[in-house]
Amino acid sequence: MAYITCKDLTLGYGGAVVTKHIQFEVKKGDYLCIVGENGAGKSTLIKALLHLMEPMSGEIVYGDGMLAAEIGYLPQQTMIQRDFPASVWEIVLSGNLAKCGRRPFYGKKEKQAAEENMKRMSVWDLRKKCYRDLSGGQQQRVLLARALCATSKLLLLDEPVTGLDPKVTAELYELIRELNQNGTAVIMVSHDIHAATAYATHILHIGKSQLFFGTREEYRGSEAWKLFEGMGGMENE
Amino acid sequence: MSEIVSRLQFYMGYPFVTYALIVGTLIALCSSMLGVTLVLKRYSFIGDGLSHVAFGAMAVAAVLHLTNDTLLVMPVTVLVAIILLRGGQNTKIKGDAAIAMLSVSSLAVGYLVMNVFSASANVSGDVCSTLFGSTSILTLTKTEVQLCVILSLIVIVLFLLFYNRIFAVTFDENFAKATGVKADRYNLLIAVIIAVIIVLGMNLVGSLLISALVIFPALSAMRIIENFKGVVICSALISVSCAFIGMLVSILFSTPVGSTIVAADLIVFLVFCLIGKIRRK
Repeated sequence: MAYITCKDLTLGYGGAVVTKHIQFEVKKGDYLCIVGENGAGKSTLIKALLHLMEPMSGEIVYGDGMLAAEIGYLPQQTMIQRDFPASVWEIVLSGNLAKCGRRPFYGKKEKQAAEENMKRMSVWDLRKKCYRDLSGGQQQRVLLARALCATSKLLLLDEPVTGLDPKVTAELYELIRELNQNGTAVIMVSHDIHAATAYATHILHIGKSQLFFGTREEYRGSEAWKLFEGMGGMENE
Repeated sequence: MSEIVSRLQFYMGYPFVTYALIVGTLIALCSSMLGVTLVLKRYSFIGDGLSHVAFGAMAVAAVLHLTNDTLLVMPVTVLVAIILLRGGQNTKIKGDAAIAMLSVSSLAVGYLVMNVFSASANVSGDVCSTLFGSTSILTLTKTEVQLCVILSLIVIVLFLLFYNRIFAVTFDENFAKATGVKADRYNLLIAVIIAVIIVLGMNLVGSLLISALVIFPALSAMRIIENFKGVVICSALISVSCAFIGMLVSILFSTPVGSTIVAADLIVFLVFCLIGKIRRK
């Protein structure tokens, strides 16, 4: 049984279809990379996976002990976060919120989880700093720590390396790979096809409809891959 | 100096002055706590918009000769607040346009209704006191004070209980939703609370200046403090002291209450801006 199984999803807004025939599954330990051009429906698919919108048809099934609300999400940086006066500690701790249930405040267990995950992402020393004063790479690690507080089963990363320099990008990919090797399933949306084929175990390539889903090795021999190759990759987009 | 003290003592002897100070301080406290969230959610203008809606509702209530206009004004304002804030980060019409539209139209309708139907001889005087809250803070009845105290306490308790959730929803609504936090419910809560505060605050500073109470303390605190809890606490302190000092000054020098409080808030903001600039160098 997979964590997430998508059965023939059709996604869109107000009757207009963005993408259709999306069909894939993510199992424990998988590293799925979702690639596609701008406007291919990657963000729409993320919204559907996070229950921010309903699919027009098809269904998303959660299994293997995974609850619908157990996705650790690493968003693209929004305008709000860039000038938000919040300390690293407050942000990471907020990842535990769903575990509090009806309790209004965080307990010892939540604070411990926050500390562990901050140490794991090596941002513990930054805990009193203001989020907006951190570098791009540090900010992403803080948000990763927050996501890990929410769940260690499945992480959903939306363009995690946008705006980072090559060295920091490589470090972040390495960090995500480590998490994956320790048993966390990863879904990453990316423009960076080379990173996708270097790190991922599975690839989902979407356009106006699904172009490919399978393992990395299968992808290299597929028509969809040739499409990318012909354009010389998409990392500069 | 001793003359000022004795004059203060003289004024404090009147219950209406004590009432004004209690109500003013509580409203300042409530509005500043919620203000941080609203400023960060890019809803700074909600105070303005909602207070104009409340102004329109008040005009209608006056024309209908309702004895207790809060009964009409409060539900209408709460309803509008819910409509405005419900969408959160995922709305089609962005918050600012919707607020601006509602704000000006209810102001226009309110003034129109007052002019066409009002039985009062001094229409522009009525309008002016609703807009700038000139004297109503000093004419509070005991029931109004009690109502205000109860509502303020409810707002404060709710804010403290849901503090962590309000933070999460303000910082990153989508993340909160993805991990199973009922973000819509908390957006609704914020909307209702802010509407209640605005209707209460209109007595103090009037509908034109109420957004100053909401945004100034939060903005001032954000100049120098870099974590959310600190910003909330600092903005509450700023707001309460500005309201208190503003009211004392207005009593002593017979200046309009609302404008004096807002002027105090403005001065604090400028000072904090300067401190922030110097610190960053």
